[in-house]
Amino acid sequence: MSNILVLGATSAIAKHTMRLFAADEHSLYLVARNESKLSSMKQDMLVRGATDVHYETLDLADSKQHEDLINRATKTMGSIDTVLIAYGTLADQSKSEESYENTFKELQINCLSVISLLTILANQMEQQGSGSIAVISSPSGDRGRQSNYIYGTAKGALTIFLQGLRNRLAKSKVHVLTIKPGFVDTPMTKDFKKGFLWANPKVISKGIYNAIKKKREVIYLPFFWRYIMMIIKFIPEKIFKYLSL
Amino acid sequence: MKKYQSWGRYPKINSDKQDIYHVYPDSFSFPEQNNDTAETPSFLAYAQGRSYGDVCLNEDGILLDTQHLDHFIQYDKEKGILRCEAGVTFENILQLIIPHNWFLPVTPGTKYISVGGAVANDIHGKNHHKAGTFGRYILKFELLRSNGERLICSPTENTELFNATIGGLGLTGLINWVEFSLKKIPGSKIEQETLRFNNLKEFYTLSDESDKDWEYTVAWIDCLATGDELGRGLFIRGNHCESNKKHKFKTSKLSVPFDAPGFLLNKVTVNAFNNLYFKKPIKQYSKVDYDPFFYPLDSIANWNRLYGKRGFMQYQCVIPTEHRETAMIEMLSIITASGQASFLSVLKEFGNIQSPGLLSFPRPGITLALDFPNRGQKTLELLDQLDVITLKYDGSVYPAKDARMSPASFAQYYPRWKEFEKYIDPHFSSNFRRRVNPE
Repeated sequence: MSNILVLGATSAIAKHTMRLFAADEHSLYLVARNESKLSSMKQDMLVRGATDVHYETLDLADSKQHEDLINRATKTMGSIDTVLIAYGTLADQSKSEESYENTFKELQINCLSVISLLTILANQMEQQGSGSIAVISSPSGDRGRQSNYIYGTAKGALTIFLQGLRNRLAKSKVHVLTIKPGFVDTPMTKDFKKGFLWANPKVISKGIYNAIKKKREVIYLPFFWRYIMMIIKFIPEKIFKYLSL
Repeated sequence: MKKYQSWGRYPKINSDKQDIYHVYPDSFSFPEQNNDTAETPSFLAYAQGRSYGDVCLNEDGILLDTQHLDHFIQYDKEKGILRCEAGVTFENILQLIIPHNWFLPVTPGTKYISVGGAVANDIHGKNHHKAGTFGRYILKFELLRSNGERLICSPTENTELFNATIGGLGLTGLINWVEFSLKKIPGSKIEQETLRFNNLKEFYTLSDESDKDWEYTVAWIDCLATGDELGRGLFIRGNHCESNKKHKFKTSKLSVPFDAPGFLLNKVTVNAFNNLYFKKPIKQYSKVDYDPFFYPLDSIANWNRLYGKRGFMQYQCVIPTEHRETAMIEMLSIITASGQASFLSVLKEFGNIQSPGLLSFPRPGITLALDFPNRGQKTLELLDQLDVITLKYDGSVYPAKDARMSPASFAQYYPRWKEFEKYIDPHFSSNFRRRVNPE
């Protein structure tokens, strides 16, 4: 039994991942913006076997709140053994192109605020000498493309940050997992036309659950995205700049 | 992209004319409505789309997708009482309760249905003769009406709405959550017996003598056999039993990836299948997992695609016991003569346990379930002929599987419709409702 902090807990991926953990009788601390979703999630987790479930509503984009949040969560559960960071927005590329302010907002939510949280959590776990940090990044961060390079920039920076963190924390026995899900059919992507590459959030969750338990480093979900991205990264820039991917 | 269609994929509807709203726990409210019902589009809950015909469709209206109502709310492991949101599936429930030796009080032939759908269609299963319908195990539920009222309905509270909603085809409002009682089992296995019978007469004997000692009974019949072999088939009966191993949940691996050509299931192939199936070597006694016993078709995802693009039509009727012999002979003879073949034909004797549901389908007698690939007019005509027999013997037809019965037949099958009508939410409707009860 361990204590899990979930940031962006009501996202479809986080919810289904926590259902798997709940059955293993862990203690959970859920953070998201929507109170009613959190309260039904709490009941659900308790029924599924979670030993203890706490939640609070918070806008995680606001980094000023982070220190207090982590203190509260630590105090409530006793310690934080695992953290899953699963919040984010799907940046509106064309809006971001119009103004730096919009771009900044996207970077703030999807990258800088996460780095703020990780800075605090990493120090705490380093001191603790144990823990697991799992963060949802994205294959979009593997190569910049015209269709979503603002989101890609945020996730790319996050991926590099996690890589560095993993390197730094290895000696303190803190595990860092970078999760790169491909297309997932969730409320966040409800306006997209779905094709055969789209995955159900339950499938993604199972992958995350296993990866945390097995202490993997970087995972693509479903696995085939590793190869798709390998090919995309392999195309010479000379040609790539003319493609519309 | 999720397709909002029914399992039989008939009738086809224009999805551009069917709007989708997603329902989230506790935060859903109906959009502002015009008091003039004619001007406001109607609502209907949609979950797994496992009903076969048009009870889950609402063309020109709005479907309330309940996939996010997928939370458990309360689970009393000692008493076996579960409260969960309406979008939770039987599969989700089994994964939760099997480890504690609980089971669903009643289950149909697929676990991929929602709890809300189970209530709205007052589903039945192989234990109808012992247990009745799902509706009998409902302790209470919350109903959200389009005027914003949230009503707790139970046998003692809002009793009339409770009875109307059970088997009420989703027309009384949106079911938010349901509380129902579970059934204690000794373990996750089923001891099963399979017996061959050579004609209908042998079926009745087997069925009548199995009713007392067997919790679950059902028969598969070869609907193309004729003469002395009319109604031959396999009789399957089972009881829950202990298992010495912890149950392992598996996800189905097989899937039908695309529509099979429409001619795949024709008289020759179905005949060959039925023949082989009837003659296959059977193990009379075996101990099996509950999953293959209750849900054999669940192991093939999207099996409905086997019927091709045009889809298929189900026909399930019930005939009062006193007419069972003549009615079944007449029906099977009409089917054989029509040259159309039902791929899977199922026969089962219902018991006389009453459901609280006003529009509940099961009643004492024999039920026959058939499925026909959609061949257009030809198929519709055959089903109309079957209706003539059902009507003649005072039987009924199951709305959850129907896509074509006439308003006149419906009126005779469901005489309590008039009484039911006053509980319909003024802003709820469905294709089925408009078809069987045109204004």
